[in-house]
Amino acid sequence: MKFGVIRFPGSCDEVDAVLACEPHGEAEILWHGDRDLKGVDVVVVPGGFSYGDYLRVGAIAQFSPVMDAVAELARAGGPVLGICNGFQVLCEAGLLPGALLPNTELRFVCRQVDVEVVNADTPFTSECATGDLLSIPVKHTTGRYYAPEETLAEMEDGGQVVLRYAEDHNPNGSANGIAGVSNGEGNVMGLMPHPEHAVDPLTGSADGARLFASLAAAAKVRVA
Amino acid sequence: MRARVLIRPKEGILDPQGQAVERALPALGFDGVENVHVGRLVELDVDDTSKLPEMCERLLANPLIEDYEVLTVE
Repeated sequence: MKFGVIRFPGSCDEVDAVLACEPHGEAEILWHGDRDLKGVDVVVVPGGFSYGDYLRVGAIAQFSPVMDAVAELARAGGPVLGICNGFQVLCEAGLLPGALLPNTELRFVCRQVDVEVVNADTPFTSECATGDLLSIPVKHTTGRYYAPEETLAEMEDGGQVVLRYAEDHNPNGSANGIAGVSNGEGNVMGLMPHPEHAVDPLTGSADGARLFASLAAAAKVRVA
Repeated sequence: MRARVLIRPKEGILDPQGQAVERALPALGFDGVENVHVGRLVELDVDDTSKLPEMCERLLANPLIEDYEVLTVE
């Protein structure tokens, strides 16, 4: 199976994302100006500062030509994972509910946090068990997840809250401590923590690798 | 036609920027200031002002978290 990692002008985590994918399958970078996804099975929208975060985080990147193809893959049930800025882009593109607002403390936060797997029955978390704690770093200024109350209630009931910051680990004031969410169909997910930076014990934790392993397993089932 | 679009955080959504400014002003001796909110101003020349609301809905603002107000200048 093959992962595709998008590179926008201003992306900065796409190479780490490719390295995180490679133990689990092929991985290649997709340029934002191409409409062709080159036959990839999974798309990763990586972190960074696409289009300089101009206007609003993720606001301009949603209109990149490649995003039409990503939306098409998502509509067909293909797995799409947005990390940090990629999460913001997917929210702006309407592929995920909600929005990301400036951190409550208005500061850039860069630290290791524990996140709890709330729903292990997704293409992104199947290699985890519900209740598992994953140690993954966050690094962002605009990561406070927001959705209207009624939307939050629906998401909680529908299993769309996939990851939640452990108690006292919410770094940004996110509603309900939400760290990662999926769409209603369950095949598009966004999260603020960076699993691609947690794939080797040398850098403190390899817990993030479980998300990429889950994606590879889901894609193989889908292809078969 | 010159237009100005004012974009502000939706009421009820926590606005830490506004709060930070609200706390800073009394520190400078400006008392009696409350309900401070920080938003954005977009200025643009447009041929057809009737398109402005759609521009706001689709790009200039995120209607989930922001309100917008369109003002035409001349």
